[in-house]
Amino acid sequence: MSDPKIFRSDVPNQWCPGCPNFGILSALQRALVALDLAPHEVCLVSGIGQAAKLPHYLRASVFNGLHGRAIPAAIGIQVANPKLTTIVTSGDGDLYGEGGNHFLHALRRNPDITVIVHNNQIYALTKGQAAPTTPRGERTRLQFDGVEVDPARMLATAIVHDCTFVARGFAGDIEELTSIIERAIAHRGLSIVEVIQPCITWGRHSLDEYRDLLDPVGEDHEPADRARAIELASRAPERFATGILYELPSRPTFATSYRERVGQGPLAELPPVDRSILSAQIERMNVGS
Amino acid sequence: MKERSLFVVGAAGEGIQTIGDVVARCFLSHGYATFATSEFESRIRGGNSSVRIRVTEEPRNAPRETADVLLAVNPTALEHYRPALCEGGLLITSTGPGGPDGDAVRIPFTDLAVEHGGATIYANAVAAGALCAGVGLPFATLEQVLTQAFSKRGEETIRANLAAARAGFDVAAPQLNDRAVSEIPARANRYAFASAHETIPIAAAAAGCRFMAAYPMSPSTGIITAFAQHPELGVFSEQAEDEIAAINMALGASAAGARAMTATSGGGFALMVEGISLAGMIETPVVIVLAQRPGPATGLPTRTAQEDLLFALHAGHGEFPRALLAPSDPQDAIRATIRAFDLADRYQIPVIILTDQFLADSRFSLTALEIPEALPGPCFADPEAIENYERYRFTEDGVSPRLYFGQSGHLVVLDSDEHTERGHITEDLANIRPAMVEKRLEKGRRLRREMAQPRSNRSEDADLVLIGWGSTEGAITEAVERLRAGGRKAGSLHFTEVWPLPDIAFRDDVRYWTIEGNATGQFAGLLESETGIPIEGRIGRYDGLPIDAERILEALE
Repeated sequence: MSDPKIFRSDVPNQWCPGCPNFGILSALQRALVALDLAPHEVCLVSGIGQAAKLPHYLRASVFNGLHGRAIPAAIGIQVANPKLTTIVTSGDGDLYGEGGNHFLHALRRNPDITVIVHNNQIYALTKGQAAPTTPRGERTRLQFDGVEVDPARMLATAIVHDCTFVARGFAGDIEELTSIIERAIAHRGLSIVEVIQPCITWGRHSLDEYRDLLDPVGEDHEPADRARAIELASRAPERFATGILYELPSRPTFATSYRERVGQGPLAELPPVDRSILSAQIERMNVGS
Repeated sequence: MKERSLFVVGAAGEGIQTIGDVVARCFLSHGYATFATSEFESRIRGGNSSVRIRVTEEPRNAPRETADVLLAVNPTALEHYRPALCEGGLLITSTGPGGPDGDAVRIPFTDLAVEHGGATIYANAVAAGALCAGVGLPFATLEQVLTQAFSKRGEETIRANLAAARAGFDVAAPQLNDRAVSEIPARANRYAFASAHETIPIAAAAAGCRFMAAYPMSPSTGIITAFAQHPELGVFSEQAEDEIAAINMALGASAAGARAMTATSGGGFALMVEGISLAGMIETPVVIVLAQRPGPATGLPTRTAQEDLLFALHAGHGEFPRALLAPSDPQDAIRATIRAFDLADRYQIPVIILTDQFLADSRFSLTALEIPEALPGPCFADPEAIENYERYRFTEDGVSPRLYFGQSGHLVVLDSDEHTERGHITEDLANIRPAMVEKRLEKGRRLRREMAQPRSNRSEDADLVLIGWGSTEGAITEAVERLRAGGRKAGSLHFTEVWPLPDIAFRDDVRYWTIEGNATGQFAGLLESETGIPIEGRIGRYDGLPIDAERILEALE
């Protein structure tokens, strides 16, 4: 276990006082400590939104990029330096809405990264519009008569695509969340952790109200049971099954065949391509000689 | 040998690319400079398409719109391209219906293919044989090229192709009568034969590129394909779900230490625009090949244009430096690619290489194609020499020491928000924001000082100077030579580095005309606004085809 203090950031925090995001921050820090990682071994990647500011509040390397684009950036980072522990941490609007296409294709690629989705079911930083996760009928600052479209159930989508680690935690239960995140990071391949993180400013329900909506999967849940996992994930947004919903043995991760050719180190440390290879390419274009 | 222009025309899927390639290689093997350009419709089968081959004693890498020899493999293509055949030119066509030309050489392509090769697929070889006979290439040259081309397919394939080619040659020869040309003498000259999109991937690998993500889009797709086809180049390549993912993947890889690139065309580039702004803000190098085609929107997907200069220049919200390079030929594309990676790294900026369908799909003859000996490497800072690392530390030249994620114990913090020197979000409007803006712009000011001057071609004593950029150099050079031959004191200035523009000494006793592949004179306007040079005339071509010398001369009349 590394020293818990090494992940503490001195950057002033911009979250609302009492925001459940602090619980996620704390759980992530504890998980990194438990995994005995050092800050420079960790790269946090985020998009835009309040959740996406988390990387600034934890000492690690950071790629705080564009709204919705954390996953492709993280994939590039992971390919270029697989020695890093690459963790995406961003909101549900960012990862399921603006970046929904990247989420879908990440499931196909299975990069060795962990994606933590802060799900507050609302667009908070833009002041209260519907998120892709907002329940139908919920009134918002833009959907005044209530949301008229159905929410996305992205965890079920992840399970359908046989993502090998799909879990949900609750920002109000830091201990369980720490354990989930720790296992997600340790899992080789794409790990998705959605965290129920009620918005205390724009949300319509308190933390305690959410607590009553949780369905812990329980000790007897068999994580490889695909049909059951889909059923559990599909209860949202009426009920939220928590725990490790779905887990399979790791399958080959993204860029495996390339890595078998060039080794496992950072691409920056590879020697220049051999001159004879370049010459052979040029020679192909010389005709008749 | 007098210059020859051959058109091979037909429908997509009829193998005219193969015929054109084989005949071009025959001329090259025979010691002649050969330029081959393709134009085609955006479809898999049918339509009209052509391969235009220009053969000269000295390299003349520019298109010609008229043909001395036209080989049409179907009647529709014959009708479409018939007007391009010069007065007295040779027409080679099939025996099918619809050909009114009494003096045409008639070749039953598929019948001969079946009879001599054993299958209709050898019709291409029949056509190549007929074409060689028509232009005066000895059969031995064709035999050698076909044998080499099919060397990996086995004896039977070679035999069938040679038999079919021989049949085409023998059926064509007696029909030539008084149009028979004497056999072209072989020369010892040897040329490299390549397109710019064939040399760019090799140059990228030479420049240390290790990561490429792209979404397939004509005419840019050949670049990522080359990396996949040649894993020995060592470049990881990924077909992204869209261009947004492509540039964000490249930026992630770059931040983690890999030299990274992407390639696209106008529509895909539009999707990358926010990513370009991100590269500017997080000061992370990335190279983008923008292979231009006519727009707006989907435009003409398989045609050529130079319409995206100002788009590339202005793509991305906010103010940040960038470089735009516009190579003019396959060797120049090697130079530009290596330079793009170097500039991107040294200034920590996005660099855009502007090519187009003409550069992508035309093969040039070059006396030498080479990768330079000295290749600039990456510019990471030494982590040992740094005590407290700050990714955006203020420096005199605006360039902060760059480390990549996981390079050392130092933390590297990149942020698309305005940020402190350490890389964290800030709204310190009094101190940090103006200084960060200045820091980024200072890099652009320094970059400007090292941008290349335009290449001069006889402009020193000229009173008429043609100005071009990128892919039009061959046509402009030819126009200058023809003007000089006609007694005009003409010259040209050709820009292959189009942004930022260096200080250029324009003369006031010269008439300047710009030549470019767009309707509005984008480069002319840019030059006027940046340098104050008065442009007397703007010549633009915007029908989707490449500019040629003939058009330039007509427009100057």
